[in-house]
Amino acid sequence: MLTIKNLHAEVEGKQILKGINLEIGKGETHAIMGPNGSGKSSLASVLAGRDNYTVTEGEVWFNGKNLLDLSPEDRAREGVFLAFQYPVEIPGVSNLNFLKTALNEIRTYKGLPTIEGRDFLKLTKEKQQLVDFNANLMNRSLNEGFSGGEKKRNEIFQLAMLDPQLAILDETDSGLDIDALRIVSNGVNKLRDAEKSFVVITHYQRLLEYIVPDFVHVLYNGRIIKTGTKELALELEERGYDWLKEELHLKESV
Amino acid sequence: MMNSNEIIDDIANKEYEFGFTTDIEMDIAPPGLNEDIIRFISAKKNEPEWLLEWRLKGFAAFRKMQFPSWQHFEMPELDLQALSYYAAPKKKKQLNSLDEVDPELLATFEKLGIPLNEQKALTGVAVDAVFDSVSVATTFKGKLKEMGVIFCSFGEAVQEYPDLVKKYLGTVVPHSDNIFAALNSAVFSDGSFTYIPKGVRCPMELSTYFRINAQNTGQFERTLIIADEGSYVSYLEGCTAPMRDENQLHAAVVELVALDHAEIKYSTVQNWYPGDKDGKGGIYNFVTKRGICKGNASKISWTQVETGSAITWKYPSVILQGDYSEGEFYSVAVVRNKQIADTGTKIHHIGKGTKSRIISKGISAGRGDNSYRGLVAVGPRADNARNFTQCDSLLIGNDCGSHTFPYIESRNKTAMIEHEATTSKIGEDQIFYLNARGIDTEKAVALIVNGYVKEVLNQLPMEFAVEAQKLLSITLEGSVG
Ligand SMILES: Nc1ncnc2c1ncn2[C@@H]1O[C@H](COP(=O)(O)OP(=O)(O)OP(=O)(O)O)[C@@H](O)[C@H]1O
Ligand SMILES: [Mg+2]
Repeated sequence: MLTIKNLHAEVEGKQILKGINLEIGKGETHAIMGPNGSGKSSLASVLAGRDNYTVTEGEVWFNGKNLLDLSPEDRAREGVFLAFQYPVEIPGVSNLNFLKTALNEIRTYKGLPTIEGRDFLKLTKEKQQLVDFNANLMNRSLNEGFSGGEKKRNEIFQLAMLDPQLAILDETDSGLDIDALRIVSNGVNKLRDAEKSFVVITHYQRLLEYIVPDFVHVLYNGRIIKTGTKELALELEERGYDWLKEELHLKESV
Repeated sequence: MMNSNEIIDDIANKEYEFGFTTDIEMDIAPPGLNEDIIRFISAKKNEPEWLLEWRLKGFAAFRKMQFPSWQHFEMPELDLQALSYYAAPKKKKQLNSLDEVDPELLATFEKLGIPLNEQKALTGVAVDAVFDSVSVATTFKGKLKEMGVIFCSFGEAVQEYPDLVKKYLGTVVPHSDNIFAALNSAVFSDGSFTYIPKGVRCPMELSTYFRINAQNTGQFERTLIIADEGSYVSYLEGCTAPMRDENQLHAAVVELVALDHAEIKYSTVQNWYPGDKDGKGGIYNFVTKRGICKGNASKISWTQVETGSAITWKYPSVILQGDYSEGEFYSVAVVRNKQIADTGTKIHHIGKGTKSRIISKGISAGRGDNSYRGLVAVGPRADNARNFTQCDSLLIGNDCGSHTFPYIESRNKTAMIEHEATTSKIGEDQIFYLNARGIDTEKAVALIVNGYVKEVLNQLPMEFAVEAQKLLSITLEGSVG
């Protein structure tokens, strides 16, 4: 579904991604871990098409299309979804109106009829329950004054509503209380199926106990330096990243 | 793919949609401002002596006045002698019905979306159409008359209802109020007159549509609206002008009088030609609008959506003279390219228990410059007067400006005055967030702007709110993709 080849990207003249290779198949869930500042959110931003990042080398293919050629909105319409690490607040725009606009833009792109009134509300109700999203937040301005946890839940609620093929969750677990973590993870698990793929960026093994990944990658200094299965996350939890960094330096000095 | 900066720069390239001109035979006076031209206008309109006297008083006041200098923009040089002060479509004969209006004129208004044919007209809206300086048609006059509502051109009111005109003309905006009002008093050519009798709730929206067409003319019309005791009226004003390279002056005066328990709602959707992207051409919109809540528990509410004009300079005001009277001002002002808007309101609390509410939403894009200037004055008699002011600015791009000048003068200790102000910018991260959900940049900006102006647009009658929303997205179109 998604193929990333030798991806290099810079921001403000600074090289951040230094040759990422990653293959994500249909129905797979990949976890990306790595120390602060290693480039995890940058990778997510580049995939979503944030324009302050410049891709200097490499390719990204999504379902046979050159993703890097598409505008951010077309990437979303093609089925790429990014749950932001820091969702922004948009005063004056109601959550409900925003979601309806987004959903209908995507549907129109796919040649589907727009969804209005009762059908939309029905869908909203159904998906709200999936992530136990507080209905009062629906009529408020988008993320304005939402608590940290409410913003994260809103991201997952949007994910459920927009039903993308590839969802990238950037530290969705941080800021969630223990119960919320369980609820949100269960929601994500219900969305998983053979057609959909997930990239879960996290610092904590705990999340991966709920959302069990097929692969775990460690991103360090703009590169994936280790790939393993869910056991790798446990090992990282115990040992931290230093042993990996050392391994890397040893390899590089050879 | 355009990035947000390119998209924002692109704002300048959106064309003005109403820029066509109409070819029609006109009566145009030679340029120049002097007593002769005033006598000429007055004679042309067959006015009574007292009105000529009043005009001449206005002209005398005008000659003693200087252009003001307190505004927050560079005042362009205005050569008032180079303008022609009378331009009217040539009438073949006395008009008895709409069918006799020049088809060219009807076509012009139709093109502007203002059909004057009553069958085609918007139901529930009566229109007085003003072309250059002269009212060319008023719809639904007969129907309104059955209820005692007078809605006609100013010139007609002078002939038919001279006592009413004489009683109220200049009582809210005196002939010497300010230099543009004085000029208007001297040379005004036509406008709209409305009288709602006691206890009548006007059954339809009344509306004036102003169209400037002729070159090198100024447009000076007067509107006078009187709502007698316990009556209600909602009045709308719209306007456009052709694209011309030179600037044109629009100096109108609007006077509103609300008697006991009466309510006047006055809405404006202003879309004069704003000039091109380099600031060439466009209308100078220097308008004096003022209402007086003369009666107890009366109410005047101004709502304005200002998107056009090279320079907009106006402060619709309310004098709250009656006890427990209420004044409101709701405003959206958009500037882009090199447009300038210096607008706001003045509320004078005189009676006791008077209330006012000011909601101002400025939007600046391109190199536009937007100022809010507001005065809330509370007099010694105005016990327990209350004011709430909310004054917001929204910036799109990095080259635009916004300024807020609130003035508060309170001479009563029991008054409660609240002022809130915010400035926000449509951030790239907000746009990107919406993009990442499948919404393109243009829609994203429209979504944010619509949310921002909602509180004001909600004040407009339904059809006009929709129009205004469309106008806003057209105005901001280039700015966003
Ligand atoms: N706009 C920017 N200008 C300059 N540097 C940037 C910019 N955006 C990101 N960076 C830098 O890129 C590097 C990678 O940042 P990124 O946010 O991708 O890290 P991360 O792996 O997501 O970290 P964390 O775990 O803390 O979220 C950091 O050094 C960061 O400072
Ligand atoms: Mg991050």
